[in-house]
Amino acid sequence: MLDTLKIPGRHYLNDGHSLRSWLFTKDHKRIAIMYLMSISIMFFIGGMFAVGIRFELATPQGDFVTADTYNKFFTMHGVIMVFFFLIPSIPAVLGNFLIPPMIGAKDLAFPRINLLSLYIFWIGAAFTLYSMVVGGVDTGWTFYTPYSATASNTSVVPTAVGIFIAGFSSILTGLNFIVTIHRMRAPGMTWFRLPLFVWAHYATSLVQVLGTPVIAITLVMLGVERGLGFGIFDAARGGDPVLFQHLFWFYSHPAVYIMILPALGVQSELISTFSRKTIFGYSFVAFSSLAIAVFGFIVWAHHMFVAGISTYAAMVFSFLSFSVAIPSAVKVFNWSATLYKGSVSFDTPMLYAYGFMGLFAIGGLTGLFLATLGLDVHMHDTYFVVAHFHYIMVGGAIMGYLGGLHFWWPKMTGRMYSEFFSRVSAIMVFVGFNVTFFPQFVVGYLGMPRRYHSYPDEMQVLNVMSSAGATVLGLGYVLPVLYFLYSLRRGAVAGPNPWGASGLEWHLQSPPLTENFVEVPEVINEPYEYEHSVVKEKERV
Amino acid sequence: MKIFGIPIFPEQASTFAKDVDALYFFIFTVSAFFALAVAVSVIYFGLRYHRNHDGEIGARIEGSLPLELLWSVIPTLIAMVMFGWGASVFYHLRRPPDEAMQIYAVGKQWMWKFQHLEGQREINELHIPAGRPIKITISSEDVLHSLYFPSFRTKMDAIPGRYTELWFEAQAPGTYHIFCTEYCGTNHAGMIGSVTVLDPPQYQAWLQGGGIEGTLAQRGAKLFTSLQCDTCHLDAGQGRGPSLRDIVGTTVTLQDGSTAVVDDAYLRESILNSQAKIVNGFKPLMPTFQGLISEENLIALIEHVKSMSPKGATTAAPAAPPAATGAAPDRPEKK
Repeated sequence: MLDTLKIPGRHYLNDGHSLRSWLFTKDHKRIAIMYLMSISIMFFIGGMFAVGIRFELATPQGDFVTADTYNKFFTMHGVIMVFFFLIPSIPAVLGNFLIPPMIGAKDLAFPRINLLSLYIFWIGAAFTLYSMVVGGVDTGWTFYTPYSATASNTSVVPTAVGIFIAGFSSILTGLNFIVTIHRMRAPGMTWFRLPLFVWAHYATSLVQVLGTPVIAITLVMLGVERGLGFGIFDAARGGDPVLFQHLFWFYSHPAVYIMILPALGVQSELISTFSRKTIFGYSFVAFSSLAIAVFGFIVWAHHMFVAGISTYAAMVFSFLSFSVAIPSAVKVFNWSATLYKGSVSFDTPMLYAYGFMGLFAIGGLTGLFLATLGLDVHMHDTYFVVAHFHYIMVGGAIMGYLGGLHFWWPKMTGRMYSEFFSRVSAIMVFVGFNVTFFPQFVVGYLGMPRRYHSYPDEMQVLNVMSSAGATVLGLGYVLPVLYFLYSLRRGAVAGPNPWGASGLEWHLQSPPLTENFVEVPEVINEPYEYEHSVVKEKERV
Repeated sequence: MKIFGIPIFPEQASTFAKDVDALYFFIFTVSAFFALAVAVSVIYFGLRYHRNHDGEIGARIEGSLPLELLWSVIPTLIAMVMFGWGASVFYHLRRPPDEAMQIYAVGKQWMWKFQHLEGQREINELHIPAGRPIKITISSEDVLHSLYFPSFRTKMDAIPGRYTELWFEAQAPGTYHIFCTEYCGTNHAGMIGSVTVLDPPQYQAWLQGGGIEGTLAQRGAKLFTSLQCDTCHLDAGQGRGPSLRDIVGTTVTLQDGSTAVVDDAYLRESILNSQAKIVNGFKPLMPTFQGLISEENLIALIEHVKSMSPKGATTAAPAAPPAATGAAPDRPEKK
């Protein structure tokens, strides 16, 4: 059947071949492809620093690089991965590509602003990469004062400027999505017919628009503190070093939800598609995204239980942190229930979805340990925390991103990738990830602190396991680059809907036309209805 | 606890350790149950409802309100148990008993300096007696640090410009790790040390050893003279500054009519930034000592001031009980 399919004659990828046709495009799909290439480069740069970290930690002595170099490694690993990979990953690539077709629109509400956000991202990334070339930065990605303000003699300001600039890219993307979802839905595409991917992006966009200005302000304060000698965070002049932590986490905790919410949206699409069944409890899953976004703003001080905040303030933030766990649990239960009486197939995206469930569940459950006050005192700033947030941000967000990329790759390129190698890669990522990060829970409870260049001898075995797992994980991440690139020329033609999915985007040709829809579709069905055609197709291309 | 000779669980060397670990195992059990329940159900559903033929679709099941309520309410209740249990352990961790033995710690890139009231000073090593609650008051000379005793299950940040504290009661004699857990620059990983828990008689013997120049308060008294504090803060009260005798633990009235309790934080501020809180009736004549006095000397001065107030001072025997209650004056009694 596959050889009867052909790549359509006209699509967004062959609508102009010049560099100019890419750099000045207003097509959300081309912008998404440029984001994909940009953040992939950033991912592998950030990954190289992780290689350096795991290599150093294979032995207890600090013998591979100097302490200063090691400190720069984990700082730049964090800065690049958080601000230049995880935050833009799913929204800027998959969200950008898919939100218009999912809601029946021809583009985002502000195509030029969309392109602007990409340019701003590039400028921010250029600043940060420049700061690395001229010597790097060693404050940790958290930039805690007073170390970052007075003690560090590395490129703190250029890095902060890079993050400050990239923040505007994030705000513009979020704003664009909010307006698009409000104003550009096709006739009949009511709020409760939106795919859950769109709901998740709506919640994410709210966080991006409301939270990102706070990190911008915080970095400006850090800049004037460091550059002009203000005393905002200097205790000797009546400032407060802990104030920085409040401001930083007021953004950076919600930022975790910028990273994970879109992945939860992808997960809902994958589970539904590969069990050919509507999501169990659609409205609970949709509203849990909003609940996570809202609660996410009022839990920041759980990063500061041993930073001198009052006992009662700590209790309030502990209580609120538990409340954010509930909507996450609700989602996991709903996905599990969706599989019941489904028609389940284990294509590669579904393997990622299964892996996601396991890793996100462990990541979420270990969050309970850290929200528990009496335990957090012991675990705070140990490897337990490192393992926990990697389970959420790598096990959750990156598994979701890769699952989504494998799911929509045929739509984006019109071609299929190697089924065998993609399954191998999904399994390597899952196994490698667990071998890397599970021992870190153990070594963390044992007391190994974060950001240690050397460590006591008795902790070596667990660290060697972790480094060995990282090797498998790293290879698992390289493999998709190879088979995805190979598929661009040699992959089997996918056709419009290779998975038998129900979403509106699967009614488009693959790759889609520049304008997505020839005529605005009219939506008459509920979401995830596998029994009927989703759109009344007036005209088929 | 070790497996194949590899430690996988830290020693339980303080009275807290068992409480914290019990909480850990409770949450671990609950988490393992939910993780397994999810894993078993998704794997079972995946196999049981595996797609049989290409055109097959799943059953139309929209959801179930009772189930949604069930799996929202039950986790909420369990989470509340975790919260309450965790908060009560934390409350205990945060409230040093009044009779706790006082030690001071100063974090400095990249070392921990400890001062005993008896005058001993140690760097990256700490000797303490077993079976006695110990309160450590922590400060920092430069950037953030965090004083962490994994075997005691407690830690607290050292924050420039203020005092923080932690306490514990070590049980088992032995030597345990001290780590800095707040990133503090180049040699962060070298800011480590060991705490040696001694039987009380051995600890007494340790205290006798080594040449020391007087107790911490006596060092403070010398500073009090050399910095000329004594020229204004006269004992009898006719000085240009308030008399410091019996002042610790009292409430003073300030110029703007507000009040302040004289504690470590107040004394610290009044030395470093003397204009901040002037006691009513006095003129702002005192120079500020910000940047002119080290954290260690500041501690000595504060100990000296405390030694002038035997009632509120940490070295003192339990205060004379107020008439009716028998409780210590400034803090509720603990078990």
